[in-house]
Amino acid sequence: MKFSVIIDAFPYLLGAAVTTIWVSLLGVLLGQVIGVVVCVARQSGGRVADMAGGVYVSFFRGVPLLIQLLLIYYMLPLIGIDVPPLVASIAALGLASGAYVSEIYRGALNAVPHGQSEAALALGFPGSSIWTRILLPQAFRISVPALVNELILLLKASSLISVVGVAELTRTSQTISASNYRPLEIYLAAGLIYLAINGALALFGTLVERRLQQA
Amino acid sequence: MTAVSRTATPSRAAGQGDTVQGDAVPMVSIRGVGKSFGTNEVLRDIDLTVNKSEVVCLIGPSGSGKSTLLRCINFLEVYDRGEIRIEGKLVGYSEDTPRRRLSNRDLRDLRRNVGMVFQQFNLWPHMTALENVAEALVQVRGMDKVAATSHARRMLDRVGLAAKADSYPARLSGGQQQRVAIARVIAMEPHLMLFDEPTSALDPELVGEVLQVMRDLAADGMTMVVVTHEMGFAANVADKVAFLDRGRIAAFGTPREVFHESTEPRVQQFLQTYHERNSF
Repeated sequence: MKFSVIIDAFPYLLGAAVTTIWVSLLGVLLGQVIGVVVCVARQSGGRVADMAGGVYVSFFRGVPLLIQLLLIYYMLPLIGIDVPPLVASIAALGLASGAYVSEIYRGALNAVPHGQSEAALALGFPGSSIWTRILLPQAFRISVPALVNELILLLKASSLISVVGVAELTRTSQTISASNYRPLEIYLAAGLIYLAINGALALFGTLVERRLQQA
Repeated sequence: MTAVSRTATPSRAAGQGDTVQGDAVPMVSIRGVGKSFGTNEVLRDIDLTVNKSEVVCLIGPSGSGKSTLLRCINFLEVYDRGEIRIEGKLVGYSEDTPRRRLSNRDLRDLRRNVGMVFQQFNLWPHMTALENVAEALVQVRGMDKVAATSHARRMLDRVGLAAKADSYPARLSGGQQQRVAIARVIAMEPHLMLFDEPTSALDPELVGEVLQVMRDLAADGMTMVVVTHEMGFAANVADKVAFLDRGRIAAFGTPREVFHESTEPRVQQFLQTYHERNSF
């Protein structure tokens, strides 16, 4: 073990970690939007919407993320859509995450007592306000631990996008170790950086939970 | 304890007993209403009239259909037969086409004037007491936030909870939560209030404060339909009592008529059980 190797490579690894973080964040945001839309559509949009949502969830939960990523990356150009690796990566992460998030919210919504929406209904709330003001805020609270879990899983899964050439943490580690022949030191450093990011996410999740509990 | 004015309004005096008054349209008119869950007939041929400013209590053994009947009045429960009218307007169905359901928009217009208080309070746990009361004013009445908040504050004051405005429901006792739930409803200035066993989920020592608020509302001339097991409230506050048994109204009249003069054996038996349970 030569620590000087790590010190030399560290600035590059950190820069790559920043890419990992923002690609993951965009994937998470996309996943949240898709997750909420799919969940609400399945709960209140009728049979067809429920079935379409069900197909989406089973596909993106059932097919490995790596395959999804490669499908998006190689298939879209066939129908004339040229996708840069970054866009394909964010789309793949978001679509996969959305499937899980919609299920997390579905479980959380089932945990909100029926009387909550009934009280709003009896007061004359429009359906949209019942969702945005009563159901989703409560579902979100219930979901926080599961969502933090999903966030951490997604950040780790983002290492897969190295295969389409995005210079994130894993790809950059491969590149560096291929040139200095020090894979052990470099992958160890990369692993520690992943660990640090996820530690920060877990801490953030705990803080959010505590904050919401005070209410 | 509460700041509600006790002065009886003239309209209340008019509501006592005589139905053929100037204002002929009853607040609630239920005619031949029936409802089934599958093959189980939970409501059979119900007729009931509630005049303006009247308090009508629905009593009876559990499973007799009183909560279901109450929930049909604001169409939280769909009734299959007969008709229910609130201030002359048919509840839940179109006037022109028989048995065609009202649109959600029309249902909302109807429910705006009908408040409901639930057994489990159903306060929204992610909002403070004040936010719970103000929310409907913003979402349903379209008030701006500042006006809604100050109106909500006055309503909390009316149920004696001004000091708890910023507390979340989890920090309030059951009695306080139910009073916030009542404030949430009266803030909307309903023409009619429905109470679904409002004290049944409360510890015995907290029942009184909720009943007091309800008494004050009655004295203010609010029209109320109350499903309750509090026979004392029914006897002292109600103008009319309806005793339900197996989906039918088995006895109806003034509290005196139902509690003391009824010869209906099921009423006798029900009251007997009630007295035995409440004597030591």
